[in-house]
Formats: sequence, structure tokens, C-alpha cells
Amino acid sequence: MTSDVVVSVNDVSMRFLQPSERITTFKEYVIKRIKRRISYTEFWALSNVSFQVCRGELFGVLGLNGAGKSTLLKILSGVLAPTTGSVESNGTIAPLIELGAGFDPELTARENIYLNGATLGYSRKEMNARFDEIVAFSELEEFIDVPIKNFSSGMYARLGFSIATSVNPEILIVDEVLSVGDFMFQQKCENKIRQMIDNGTSVILVSHSIEQVRSLCSKGIVLERGRVVKSGEINELCDFYYARYS
Amino acid sequence: MRKKDGIIDLWKYKDLLWLLVAKDVKVKYKRSIMGVLWSLLNPLLTMLILTIVFKELFRFNIENFAAYVISGQVIFTFFSEATSLAMTSIYTSGQIMKKVYVPKAIFPISKILYSMVNTLFSIIAVLIVCLLTGVPITSAFFGSILTIAYVMIFSLGVGLILCSIAVFLRDIEHIYGVLLTAWMYATPVIYPAEIMPDRFLFVLYCNPLYYFVTHFREGLLYQHIPSIELNLYCLVYSLVTLIVGVYVFNRQRNRFILYI
Repeated sequence: MTSDVVVSVNDVSMRFLQPSERITTFKEYVIKRIKRRISYTEFWALSNVSFQVCRGELFGVLGLNGAGKSTLLKILSGVLAPTTGSVESNGTIAPLIELGAGFDPELTARENIYLNGATLGYSRKEMNARFDEIVAFSELEEFIDVPIKNFSSGMYARLGFSIATSVNPEILIVDEVLSVGDFMFQQKCENKIRQMIDNGTSVILVSHSIEQVRSLCSKGIVLERGRVVKSGEINELCDFYYARYS
Repeated sequence: MRKKDGIIDLWKYKDLLWLLVAKDVKVKYKRSIMGVLWSLLNPLLTMLILTIVFKELFRFNIENFAAYVISGQVIFTFFSEATSLAMTSIYTSGQIMKKVYVPKAIFPISKILYSMVNTLFSIIAVLIVCLLTGVPITSAFFGSILTIAYVMIFSLGVGLILCSIAVFLRDIEHIYGVLLTAWMYATPVIYPAEIMPDRFLFVLYCNPLYYFVTHFREGLLYQHIPSIELNLYCLVYSLVTLIVGVYVFNRQRNRFILYI
């Protein structure tokens, strides 16, 4: 792996075993085991996916629903561990997938900034340094000491986005379904992401919209039923995707 | 290249660990009028009942029974609370684990630390009883502080094993509840170790908690520095359990997410 590669996905496969019946208690397990009635249905959500993302690159992942995009995102962010293969990353990954993970509704916005920051692996010192910036960006100055159970979903997402982008990550994972607050704030988020790209952050954008990927990305892959069916330059890729599914 | 879920990774998330522990402590004392006092009162009241029952009804002849009971009880409660909470910690934290990457061991560890905070309050109750009943507190008491470390390492090992099982088979909770009751009677918490019949002595000798409780009482009740032999027993039991716990947990942790 050269120093220029920030994320390297090596031959990643993900298998889900779906038990024909779900067993959640010890009693059931023993009974079923004795009767030899535990059977699984295998489902490969991803098979032999490999790609590399270089520094400062905008990488698009295209695919229809059920192609394995979400599974790939979860593996990239470390929520799921792949059945085989590995993901190597050179630097911090900031996933903009689930905003505000680990928020505690009983706590105030101020407390949640530290809690969410810690959940993302940032120390208290780092959060102290970025606190003002986060509050300013989220435009929630007046509500900073309000328990966030009283927040609207838009305020919730704004706070989450501000925390996730406050650090300068090497890799940003963006889900196209990301919608944060109103149109004004949306604009602000896009500007923020562009600004991060200018500072050398690589972006992995997951989408099923050709226009979005074509306008933003330079390289990418197309996923179908968990397999990479095409990889390469973005224009070529989008033409291929368009021809295949329409 | 950073290895996910390793020990260095855990260190990076230490601030989350403190926040989790602080949150649990706050929640516990938030809605109670007497707050932290409960951690003192609880063992004191239980001790009072046990002392009356066993001293008056069963006529146990132990010197300073009150201090004997409460010291054993605090250690056993630490172990049982820590392991029971650690057992359920993984699947009650499912919401976070499904959304972002967090080193999974952080959840059982936070429960062990939370129980330790409670235990430190309870130790104040033990000291009060010692003062009231005329047990002198000497420098040997520092040996008893070491017991807390042993029990903590041991509980973490047991907790890691239990939570790895509990994700897949939830009714381990009920089984463990019964097991804890049996375990308490297999540990000289309320009775003197001497009344154990010879043919059951092996129960004591293969019970790690017997050594921890004895270790705790040595410094506190009898003002002895615990012997090297006793310390070795405690150390080996706790470390071996921790190693087994880490091994079991590491083998299973990647599957947790599929079951919560």
C-alpha cells in the first residue's frame, strides 16, 4: 500500500447467516440442537469487493437498492467486520451516515457534543478546542443548554453534522440520503464538504443517482448483488450504469 | 495502520469510557433523595439483618460478627453487581453499536468501573462498622485496597465471558441469577470458613471468591498483611480469568452486531 492510498478494500466478502428460525434462548438452543434442527440460509451481501481510494480523491459507489451499498458503508465505518478480506485505512474516517449516534435525549446539547465526540473517538481536549465552532456551525447557540429530547429532527441532524465534520478527517463517507435540515443548511453542508475536499480530504460517496455521482466524483465502482460489475473513470462508469438499468 | 478493536484503540476511546461511567453514576443517584447515602446504607442495613439473624438465632460464635459479615458482603456484592451488569451491557448498547464503530469491550469495562465506584462508597460503610465495633484500622488496610483490584480484574474476566454468551442466548441471565445464589453460599460471606465440613472444603479451595474475601478480611479485621501465598492465589485466579475472558470475547465480538 503506497502512502497515497488512504483506503484500501481488499477482497471483502460479507456473509449473513439467516437462521430459518431465530433462536434467542438457551432452552430453545438445546432443544433444537438435540433435534438437529438448526439450519441457516446463507446470504452473501458482498462478494470479493476490492478497490482503493487515493488521497484527495472523490470516489463514487453506484448501485441499485439491495446492491450492497449499505453493507459496504457499515464495513468501511467499522460497524460490521467483513467475513473475509480486509479494509485498511490510513487516517481517520468520519462517517456521515448515522448522524448523532449515541446522543442521549436526556442530556443537553452541550453535554451531547462531548458524548458524541467521545463516541466518535475524539478526546475531551479536542472537543474543547472545537466546541465554539460546532455550536456556531449548527446555529443552535440559543438552545445549547436545552435537553435534546426537545429538539426537532432538523436541529438534531444539524448538531450531528456539525460534530461529525468539526474534525478534519482524512476520509469522509457520505450517504446520498443524507439530508440535513432545510435548504439553507443543506447548502451550508455542501459548502463545508467542498471545503474539506479542497483541504485534501478523500470522499466516498454512496448513491444510486447518476447525476450526483457524475458531477462530484472522479472514479468509482458499480455494485450489483454484492459484486463489483464495473470500476474505473466516472464518465465511463455512469454510461455503463445508465445503459444497464434503463 | 490502526487495528480495530485493539488495546490502543480502546485507549483512544477512554473519554467515552469515563462519560459512560459518569452517566451511570449520575442516573443511579439522580432520583433518590438520599443519593450517594444509599450505597452506604444498603450494606449497613443488610448487615444489621444478617447479624441479628445469625448471631441471635443461629448463635454463630465469631468475634466481631458485624464487621465480618459486612466485609464479606461488600466484596461479594461488588462481584455479583459488576458481572451481572457487564453481562447485559453488550445487547443493551446495541443502538450505539449499530450506528458507529466503538470498541465493544468499552461497555462491559464501564459497568465494572461503575460497580467499583459503588463499592468504594460501600467501603466507607465497612469502615464505619469497624470504628463502631472497635476494630482498629491500621496500615494493613492498604492490603484490603489491593483486594478491590483483584476482584475488579476477576469480574472483568467473568463479565467478558458472560456478555459474549448473553448476546446469543439471553436466558443465561436467569441461569446466572441462580448460580450467583449458589456461589454466595459457597463463599464464607455470612458463615465462618471453619464450619465447612472437610468433605466440602474443596468447594472453598477452588472458589476464587474465597481467596478474595479472605484477603480483604486479613488486612481489615485482623490487621495482618496478607501472605504472599494468598496474594499469589488471588493474582493467578484473576489474571487467568481475565485472559480467558479476553480470548472468548475477541473470538465472538465480530458476531455481536448480527445478533443485537
